[in-house]
Amino acid sequence: MTVFEKPKALTDKPFHYCPGCTHGIIHRLVAEAIDELDIEGRTVGVAPVGCAVMAYDYFACDMVEAAHGRAPAVATGLKRCMPDHIIFTYQGDGDLASIGMAETVHAATRNENITIIFVNNAIYGMTGGQMAPTSLPGQVTQTSPYGRDVATVGLPIKVSELLSSLDAPYYVERVAVNNVKNVRNAKKAIKRAFQNQVEGRGFSLVEVVSSCPTNWGKTPEAALQWIDEKMIPYYPLGVYKDRSKEEEQA
Amino acid sequence: MAKVSFSVDLCKGCGLCVSACPKHLLVIARDKINQKGHSPAEITDQAACIGCAFCATMCPDCVITVEK
Repeated sequence: MTVFEKPKALTDKPFHYCPGCTHGIIHRLVAEAIDELDIEGRTVGVAPVGCAVMAYDYFACDMVEAAHGRAPAVATGLKRCMPDHIIFTYQGDGDLASIGMAETVHAATRNENITIIFVNNAIYGMTGGQMAPTSLPGQVTQTSPYGRDVATVGLPIKVSELLSSLDAPYYVERVAVNNVKNVRNAKKAIKRAFQNQVEGRGFSLVEVVSSCPTNWGKTPEAALQWIDEKMIPYYPLGVYKDRSKEEEQA
Repeated sequence: MAKVSFSVDLCKGCGLCVSACPKHLLVIARDKINQKGHSPAEITDQAACIGCAFCATMCPDCVITVEK
């Protein structure tokens, strides 16, 4: 009996990601959710700009490539034209939290029935490790060589907290993929985010705290430890918005 | 008996499976090189594997298949 194999919703193309990059884990979790809900034939993904720009080669479902940050706007159009299809976006922090913040917040406040997988690794990966809106205070990057100076560039944006301050979005959760337990929880959250859409409930966003060994200048294992020591204390994991609970109480 | 198999040429030798294995059965084979030019992960003692799939759960490149 096979306990574990590559999900069918991933193509055979090898990932281009750096060794130890957790993008691969998150791709796999999304594909597992698609497989388990048996929705591959009617799923359309929207790829971002960033390291995951070539996600369209890796998912076996139909994919669309959006302009930088505009994936939630493209997903809105797709969902409204094809309401019976399952539409997801896969975006990084440089894509969703900076140039795409307007599209994200407005898609959330319209409670668009889409699923967003938001990968937060606190840095711009593809362009070579510049400071992102989510970089931690004091974090050394290419554009903050003395550490992020909060007096001049401000504090990081906590996307899950920000979106949960809106009344409209249905489901917002933050998870991490730095150990087996967290990966399993991330899987549950991602599957739930797709399930919500299948049931027509509305906007679901899962923020995945992820690593960037190359641009953090760490080994893959040390990068996962850094998530535990630095990222998770600043970006606490948990469910930030769950309207199913609010509806139960009402 | 549990069986772990590796798609050797997909492996980037990141070592996340090595640190995830609760039985410490995995190593990076420093004396080998795969098609990508990385030293791949391999299992030292197949018989001692408990088939928990922790290695495959942490593998970013879907290298590992686990059978029981």
